[in-house]
Amino acid sequence: MNALTLWFHKTGSPPTAYRLAGRIMPWCYGLGLVLGLVALYGGLVLAPRDYQQGDAYRIIFIHVPCAWMSLFAYFFMAANAFIALVWRIKLSEVLAMAAAPIGAAFTFITLVTGSIWGKPMWGTWWTWDARLTSELVLLFLYLGVIGLHAAIEDRRQAARAAGFLALIGIVNIPIVHFSVNWWNTLHQGSTVRLMGPSKIDASMIWPLLLMALATHVWFFGSVLARTRIGLLELDGGKDWVRAIALDDDKEAHA
Amino acid sequence: MRSGSTAAACAALVRRDLTLVWRRRGDAANPILFALIVVALFPLALGPEPEQLRRIAAGVVFVAILLAGLLALDTLFRSDYEDGSLEQLVLSPHPLSLLLACKIAVHWFTTALPLIIVSPLLGELLHLAEPLRGLLPLALLLATPLLSLLGAVCVALTVGMYRSGMLLALLVLPLYVPVLIFGAGACNAAQAGLPFAAPLLWLGAALVLALVLAPLACAAALRISLS
Repeated sequence: MNALTLWFHKTGSPPTAYRLAGRIMPWCYGLGLVLGLVALYGGLVLAPRDYQQGDAYRIIFIHVPCAWMSLFAYFFMAANAFIALVWRIKLSEVLAMAAAPIGAAFTFITLVTGSIWGKPMWGTWWTWDARLTSELVLLFLYLGVIGLHAAIEDRRQAARAAGFLALIGIVNIPIVHFSVNWWNTLHQGSTVRLMGPSKIDASMIWPLLLMALATHVWFFGSVLARTRIGLLELDGGKDWVRAIALDDDKEAHA
Repeated sequence: MRSGSTAAACAALVRRDLTLVWRRRGDAANPILFALIVVALFPLALGPEPEQLRRIAAGVVFVAILLAGLLALDTLFRSDYEDGSLEQLVLSPHPLSLLLACKIAVHWFTTALPLIIVSPLLGELLHLAEPLRGLLPLALLLATPLLSLLGAVCVALTVGMYRSGMLLALLVLPLYVPVLIFGAGACNAAQAGLPFAAPLLWLGAALVLALVLAPLACAAALRISLS
């Protein structure tokens, strides 16, 4: 076995992954918090008012990064589910299932902030527009994955079944997006683009991109925190978990 | 021991499933009664004005048949799981996806086809517009096999769970969204006098794709939940 495979197997083993996650997690949370606060200051204080929407547009500094994250978390979950199903790696199962509730939370925040912005701008809390509908379907997909994972007793089987559902969902997301677009659309097109010039001023775009970075880092911190608990649950009877529990016990009594 | 040919296994499975349905033929009427009652609820809730009912008729019939199909999905593997024959299917030397495709086909034939046959009656209850009388069953003919195939994959994931009904709805309905949009969309377009061939062709394309892929996915899902 060469050095790389050895390293890979070691990192993937639950005790090592648990320790490694514990070491990285605080950095992710700290960095996410600092970046998020700077981005909020930039977006809420430094960025100029919009000539048309006034101050109401400032909700995009929450709304848009969360919308990006709602998709990113799904891809992260599906990629890990794929690895878990093909190579049967325990850590990937736990990572995939750790991402589901976080992704669902981001999707929920996207829907809520969008509807708060929609009330003054479109004059309604909710409208059956294509993007809103596909985001709602995305939320249902997340809830389905979480529900299936919770309903099966055996943790590994639950993770594999829910991971399989996540993979079916990833085929479904583009189809839903396309079909509802064909059905009805009101939402404005994308303002920030990877290709070609963005239709947004530089003073507004840097807090937005910084906030996107902050949510990504925070997401990874949160995934790692959930993964640690998932690993403890999965290996409940094993020696390394017992050692951690006994250590905690000692500290509590000391 | 020699196992027979795959075609013989499929034929035996189809014959067995059809016999099982025939022995309990009263149960086969349940989806129809359900769809009929759901459709009857709409005039009671919205008022009997024909104009208003005509506007929503195609969509309501579509949703009623979709929900009836959703409730019928549970019977796809339930009894086979309980008497252990599902495990025998998984263990058999024949390709599981092909056997499951046979099961899904029989299930569609015994639950969805009767619903399509009564769909003109359901439409008439809601004063379905004249030009839709032929189109609605056609759209259902393309949409319901798709619903059965997608649903079978999700049922395979929840097989062996007690009280999986609500969970199954949560898993299946997001997958049904595009089918509903295209199926009911074709009817609405025809009602508005617009061309309606495109959504029907999309449904057909999706059906061909699902016919190939869904049995494979269903087999993989079943292996996960029976492992």
